[in-house]
Amino acid sequence: MKAFTRLDARAVPLQIANIDTDQIIPKQFLKTVEREGLSKGLFYDFRFDPEGREKPDFILNRPEYQGAGVLVAGDNFGCGSSREHAPWALLDFGISCVISTSFADIFYNNCFQNGLLPVVLKPEDVSTLMDEAKGGNHMVSIDLEARTVTSPSGRTFTFEIDAQRRTKMLKGLDAIGETLTAAADIDVYEARRALDQPWLERT
Amino acid sequence: MSGKTLYDKIWDAHLVAEQDGEAILYIDLHLIHEVTTPQAFAGLRADKRRVRRPDRTLAVADHNIPTEGQALGVGAVADEEARLQLQTLERNVADYGIAFFPMGDIRNGIVHVVGPEQGRTQPGMTIVCGDSHTSTHGAFGALAHGIGTSEVEHVLATQTLRAKKAKNMRVTINGTPAPGVGAKDFALAVIGEIGTAGGTGYVIEYAGEAVRALSMEGRMTLCNLTIEGGARAGLVAPDQTTFAYLMGRAAAPKAGAWDMALSYWKTLITDEDARFDREVVLDAADIAPLVTWGTSPEDVVAVTGVAPSPDQASTPDKKAAVERALDYMGLTAGQPVTEARVDVVFIGSCTNSRIEDLRSAAAIIEGRKVADHVRAMVVPGSGLVKAQAEEEGLDAIFIAAGFDWREPGCSMCLGMNPDRLAPGERCASTSNRNFEGRQGRGGRTHLMSPAMAAAAAVAGHIVDVRTFLPTGTPG
Repeated sequence: MKAFTRLDARAVPLQIANIDTDQIIPKQFLKTVEREGLSKGLFYDFRFDPEGREKPDFILNRPEYQGAGVLVAGDNFGCGSSREHAPWALLDFGISCVISTSFADIFYNNCFQNGLLPVVLKPEDVSTLMDEAKGGNHMVSIDLEARTVTSPSGRTFTFEIDAQRRTKMLKGLDAIGETLTAAADIDVYEARRALDQPWLERT
Repeated sequence: MSGKTLYDKIWDAHLVAEQDGEAILYIDLHLIHEVTTPQAFAGLRADKRRVRRPDRTLAVADHNIPTEGQALGVGAVADEEARLQLQTLERNVADYGIAFFPMGDIRNGIVHVVGPEQGRTQPGMTIVCGDSHTSTHGAFGALAHGIGTSEVEHVLATQTLRAKKAKNMRVTINGTPAPGVGAKDFALAVIGEIGTAGGTGYVIEYAGEAVRALSMEGRMTLCNLTIEGGARAGLVAPDQTTFAYLMGRAAAPKAGAWDMALSYWKTLITDEDARFDREVVLDAADIAPLVTWGTSPEDVVAVTGVAPSPDQASTPDKKAAVERALDYMGLTAGQPVTEARVDVVFIGSCTNSRIEDLRSAAAIIEGRKVADHVRAMVVPGSGLVKAQAEEEGLDAIFIAAGFDWREPGCSMCLGMNPDRLAPGERCASTSNRNFEGRQGRGGRTHLMSPAMAAAAAVAGHIVDVRTFLPTGTPG
């Protein structure tokens, strides 16, 4: 996994609550067997009309937000389907940090598997960022080591994040490799359980 | 020290180790399907890792399969990308020795219908699948939830999941529901009460006499929709209803092993002195048949109700959300929901495609006709559900009424296969998500119970199923 330490990028405000993963990446893009190339499906129904033409009004299509690396979104971002294609599509599009007041559990988890940083801020701070990002300057800085977001006007907000998750993100650690260092514990667990609950050993 | 909840007990029983403050939790059953696994297997191959417990893994093909012509096999699937994904699954399960019910096999169907039906899903288990509706299996008192593809790879490689413990919430539903009100209405009532993010960070245990009185299939519907309230997992403590359902199923324990399992399963209850971080109490008698009016499962209203007014919203953001939803759904503030004319009726999905769902819909349909302007379809949850329904003559009832009787799969719930809504089409659906574009771009979804959807098919608009019930009909 790619490490995340610091990011200086344009922030794009998307002031809609409950953006679900069907909206982040619609069904027709889930038929791939690859992780790459999903940016074409990101927010597809928002970005394109039914004929596949770009909708110029949608914020991600506006010239001033091209190359955005941070998304500031409404409450409960990423609800719905467990599709990891959602963080894959965001990353492929160039967005490696999403800021909201809250995230749905599965999406939040999926972010950490991929080096996409989900930042939870207080509603008033998200609101400030949202307003500032709508102005002429969209540049924000995210410092994961310091746990801070600095707004375009230079205001700094501190965010909470689980310490272990932060460490792993900073180092870009591979979860499977780490768990396999406990393989002996898994062996012991399985051996004990085969005695205690033998019915689970048959299929 | 207070006692343990059912969730606490299952969690503790699966704790393998703790690493850096994260639990390594053993996984008893890993269900997989074609859409969320190709990248996981590719990762295993790249890192030359094996599947630790192929025998604790079961694969089905459900999300993108067509609901006709399944006997022709995967090679005949017209959609090239879907075909490649299905073929990739076939290759992966063969390479790693994983049990698989291919498309067309009578045991195949929607993953959350198949697991319980086969007796694979059992009390006290940890169950994961790359699908958010894995919460369904909680109906058996199993800790079951959806995971992403990276976690699928993790479970394949290690048979464990790295996890943080969630908080405990209990939802108690007391009393007895009125006729025409059932598990789907309970679930929508809970989401309406707590909101679509209300369960975030929690595991919900459902309790109370109305929950106890539900069949296993009703409990599956209730737990299935738990994720729509934001909680990853829902639980119902196992009881005689659970044990009776499981006994004799293909993968259920047999003979002496059954007795041993049963004595363990009976310990899977929340201690009387256990504490919950949040308690929600509802009375079943207060719940009317419900429908969704908007584009989030929390947008719930009684069928006798009206679409809300944006002016009643508590914040400007919520006001904008209501306006957006009304606009998308083609409804006006204050409009009775029964005025919503439907174009399509979909009976199916992992929420409501089991035999009892089909029976309750058929009971409404029998002797009646689908309205002329309505396209109605039934997609049974599995080949076995389909066969059972055909044995009971339900297919004949649906077909005589003008329904299309399809082959099993996820179908129009998410529209990955050819079953989709056209832009602007309005659908009475027994599925689980009314998100914008979920059933097809521009499609408008109203979630409701199978009986309500059946009634809507006949009336041609959303209608109170209670007006279809003979007096004295039980719910």
